[in-house]
Amino acid sequence: MAGRQIRVNINGTDHQAIVEPRLSLADFLRHELGLTGTHIGCEHGVCGICNVLIDGRSMRSCLLLAVQVDGRSVETVEGLAEGEKLHPIQEAFMDEQGLQCGFCTPGFIMSLKELLDRNPNPSEDEIKDVLGGSICRCTGYAGILRAVQSAVAKMGGGRPSLLD
Amino acid sequence: MKPAPFEYAAPPTLDEALAILSENDPDEVKILAGGQSLMPLLNMRLARPELLLDLTRIDELGGISARNGGLSIGALATKRDVEDSALVRERNPLFMESTIMIGHPQIRNRGTVGGSMVQADPAAEYPAVAVALGAELVARGPGGERVIEADDFFITYLTTSLEPGEILTEVRIPDLAAGTGWSIQELARRHGDFAIVGAVAMLRLESGICVDLRVVIFGASDRARRHSEAEALLAGERPSAALFDAAGRAVGQSLEDPTDDVHASAEYRRDLARVLCVRTLTEAVERAEGSGG
Repeated sequence: MAGRQIRVNINGTDHQAIVEPRLSLADFLRHELGLTGTHIGCEHGVCGICNVLIDGRSMRSCLLLAVQVDGRSVETVEGLAEGEKLHPIQEAFMDEQGLQCGFCTPGFIMSLKELLDRNPNPSEDEIKDVLGGSICRCTGYAGILRAVQSAVAKMGGGRPSLLD
Repeated sequence: MKPAPFEYAAPPTLDEALAILSENDPDEVKILAGGQSLMPLLNMRLARPELLLDLTRIDELGGISARNGGLSIGALATKRDVEDSALVRERNPLFMESTIMIGHPQIRNRGTVGGSMVQADPAAEYPAVAVALGAELVARGPGGERVIEADDFFITYLTTSLEPGEILTEVRIPDLAAGTGWSIQELARRHGDFAIVGAVAMLRLESGICVDLRVVIFGASDRARRHSEAEALLAGERPSAALFDAAGRAVGQSLEDPTDDVHASAEYRRDLARVLCVRTLTEAVERAEGSGG
């Protein structure tokens, strides 16, 4: 199977690689680039653990081929912190115990980043719509909701009442 | 790597895509749009094409525009494009509502309008709304362009009337007529899942009399279908709870070969179709009354 050359910007850095067409973006990130912050759950688009941002939009990296991001920009959870300084969403997840085992966390965080980048003051429905796209098998949703409230407050929005 | 090996082509124009399709055995080619249904099949090796023909580099297949009396939606427009479209919001709130019911933001960011139509999942919202609205599906193939009525497009489970060498290029969605009341409701295990059963109702009120009725049930059998017997019960009548119940019973009784699977028995689906028919008719009438029709 002939490999194909792709050029892709990942977390601000340009990468070139030769990839087999059937290589998923998720496997490319993890196995070729060592970016293992993106976790893989179901590999058929249901669990929402592998969400990354493509040109600022959250998508399942298990349902994309690496060849499809040629010329695009990809953001993964590794791109959020600046050195030792966590992104406000990451801080919020830490402060509010928005993670238990942590396996689903990157998927939630990347989807929330898309939401809050576009709308710092989202409605409760918009937040739940986004959170509904990932599954936490620890069922730690109450902590995740608190983390979202905290993240919205940290990023300058209001304080949505999600736990009423 | 999960999928079986395949050759890959991502041409930048529709003409090139059609040429590639014509040069290959269509049974060995899978056409990739947003991939939210096809990629899982590839990952599970339920689909093992020799060639994956990726349309996502074809810019001419995107976009949403107004077209006399309706909307022209490029086959590769994403559900997110629809959701963000002021034009759709203004012209067709039913199509907008059905879009928001689909999957999750991460799926809608990638999944396309055309992909959902061609996938023809019997429990999907878009085919049901296309049937209810009388949408037209435009395909290009070796013989040129063909316009297919939604009711003739969806054949059965995951099967459309597209010919092997054809590619869906556009979906034409007629505007809702002034005063139209509409409703789409479904029961799904979780928000964003495919419907166990869903219903779409559309109608107008002329001097308090129901006209232009559409009742569509999806998820209950092999494809989304209109239920003319329920429509006929209401046509020319003043809306009433008793008539909605009668229409619901007619829908439940006339469902042919309801799906019976691990999620719900055939009898449960029959009853759900009845209930959702009543609920959507009730809401559609409320909306029609609210619009002053």
